[in-house]
Amino acid sequence: MEKLLNWVDERFPLTASYKAHLSEYFAPKNFNFWYYFGSLALMVLVIQIVSGIFLTMHYKPDALLAFASVEYIMRDVDFGWLIRYVHSTGASMFFVVVYLHMFRGLIYGSYRQPRELIWLFGVIIYLVLMGEAFMGYLLPWGQMSYWGAQVIVNLFSAVPFIGEDLSLWIRGDFVVSDATLNRFFAFHVIALPLVLVGLVVAHLVALHEVGSNNPDGVEIKKLKGADGHPLDGIPFHPYYTVKDILGVVVFLMVFAAIVFFAPEMGGYFLEANNFIPADSLKTPPHIAPVWYFTPYYAILRAIPPLFGSQFPGVAAMGVSVLIFFALPWLDRSPVKSIRYRGPKFKIALGLFLIAFIGLGILGVLPVSPLYTVLSRVFSVVYFAFFLLMPWYTKNDTFKPVPERVIFK
Amino acid sequence: MSDKSVDNSKRRFLVTLASATGGVAALGVATPFVMSMMPSARAKAAGAPVEVDLSKVEPGMLLAVEWRGKPVWVVNRSKEMLDLLTKHDARLTDPMCEVPQQPDYCKNVTRSIKPEYLIVVGICTHLGCSPNFRKEVGPADLGSDWPGGWLCPCHGSRFDLSARVFNGSPAPTNLVIPPHKYLSDTKVLIGVDQGAAA
Repeated sequence: MEKLLNWVDERFPLTASYKAHLSEYFAPKNFNFWYYFGSLALMVLVIQIVSGIFLTMHYKPDALLAFASVEYIMRDVDFGWLIRYVHSTGASMFFVVVYLHMFRGLIYGSYRQPRELIWLFGVIIYLVLMGEAFMGYLLPWGQMSYWGAQVIVNLFSAVPFIGEDLSLWIRGDFVVSDATLNRFFAFHVIALPLVLVGLVVAHLVALHEVGSNNPDGVEIKKLKGADGHPLDGIPFHPYYTVKDILGVVVFLMVFAAIVFFAPEMGGYFLEANNFIPADSLKTPPHIAPVWYFTPYYAILRAIPPLFGSQFPGVAAMGVSVLIFFALPWLDRSPVKSIRYRGPKFKIALGLFLIAFIGLGILGVLPVSPLYTVLSRVFSVVYFAFFLLMPWYTKNDTFKPVPERVIFK
Repeated sequence: MSDKSVDNSKRRFLVTLASATGGVAALGVATPFVMSMMPSARAKAAGAPVEVDLSKVEPGMLLAVEWRGKPVWVVNRSKEMLDLLTKHDARLTDPMCEVPQQPDYCKNVTRSIKPEYLIVVGICTHLGCSPNFRKEVGPADLGSDWPGGWLCPCHGSRFDLSARVFNGSPAPTNLVIPPHKYLSDTKVLIGVDQGAAA
């Protein structure tokens, strides 16, 4: 065995990689609950890829066959129902985990120098994930798939000058049709997953280059012991592999409970209208995107057409997602973690959280005058959180940051 | 080879030139892939004009036909419906149809060639849902001043019986009138401009 390992190590850095990324990758010893979601996101990605491969064996990306082939998977394929529910639940849980992972970054300042690139890769992963989810949602070819895609692709036609041609190019037809379904299938099963895996590798390589942040926002690499290892660092394996396995077990219990007892999640994970085949001549009475897109959808609806164009609303929706890219440069606070920040940041973050969740709730509700006012208020709060950040993060009161992490 | 013999500026020039040439080649190679995503010849052929027999459409009735995969409504408006069209100009965003959402020959109050027959693409100009036909005057849910028209179920845009958008709707413009021409008194061809060669 020893000889075999040596043989490999002379030709491939197996032991060296194992040490660099697991047994001698030193992570801060004070990780808490919020640090589960990175490894969970990776696991959900694997779940989605594996369940997706098996769905592809039975699914037909053809406008005439797609809806029936999904029903075939649900009724006639052995355990097809299970694989499909795992995949559909996985899609929603991916966003649950990613939103919590991003929130961790917000409270502990994980996007701050020197981790800007980790954050940027992460935001790109989030964008690709949104594309992946959106395209995957068309594949069952139900009413909600169809009209959801119709509405979202039409957003692009609001872009001045090139919009009409752009949306035509995306659809490959004058309306969402077989051509659209076929290309969305190609993007969903090949193109975007490849990009996603590549980005995840970049995200992790960047993370392991600079090392993880922690709830205190202290750089553990500053203080090293006689052995050259950070004083407040512990090897990822076995300490954090064991911790993450506990997280995986609890997560899978929740996941399995949803798959077996509430796969539709009351219409939030799988919408009722999507059990009706797509009909290009009849729009269902109430269109709402799946829950993970609703905050942005609410921002889109909150902004009225200006100058005879709906572009402002579409632009605001785009900016509301893209603005996450600017976060590392908007935050001017001398400390990273919320533990040592003052009241201004805490209030701003609290308001942002209320606005984001509020927009998410409003996005699934039908339009009414009161809701429109509310979503406008929340949209202003949402953007103010980012745009005023340089000001309120700098002019705040701070607590002294300790030399070493706090660990009880 | 000693360092002195290296002409760095020449090397840099050649590298830049080679990269630029490669970039142009990459653009050239990308073109067919990008173009392949435009509507295919078959999709364009499916966009062929559609012929509709108007004698089947009674006054007050709406007939939905499919053109380029989109619903196109053919509405036969009664005398009473036409009389109401001029009564609510103040509540419309674009009563005179200044935004070119229709061929020039339909830029009028009825937005049609023959006043009674409205031919319109049944896709909301907001985000592409298909509005519902609400021809009754003053129903409870739409208010007593509702003159008949369409209500979009997705985001509540309202249109009158000439498919002109009411103020305060999310839809920015009137619905689109497709090009069409009359082949005879009762036959209309949707998808071809009046006077233009088919």
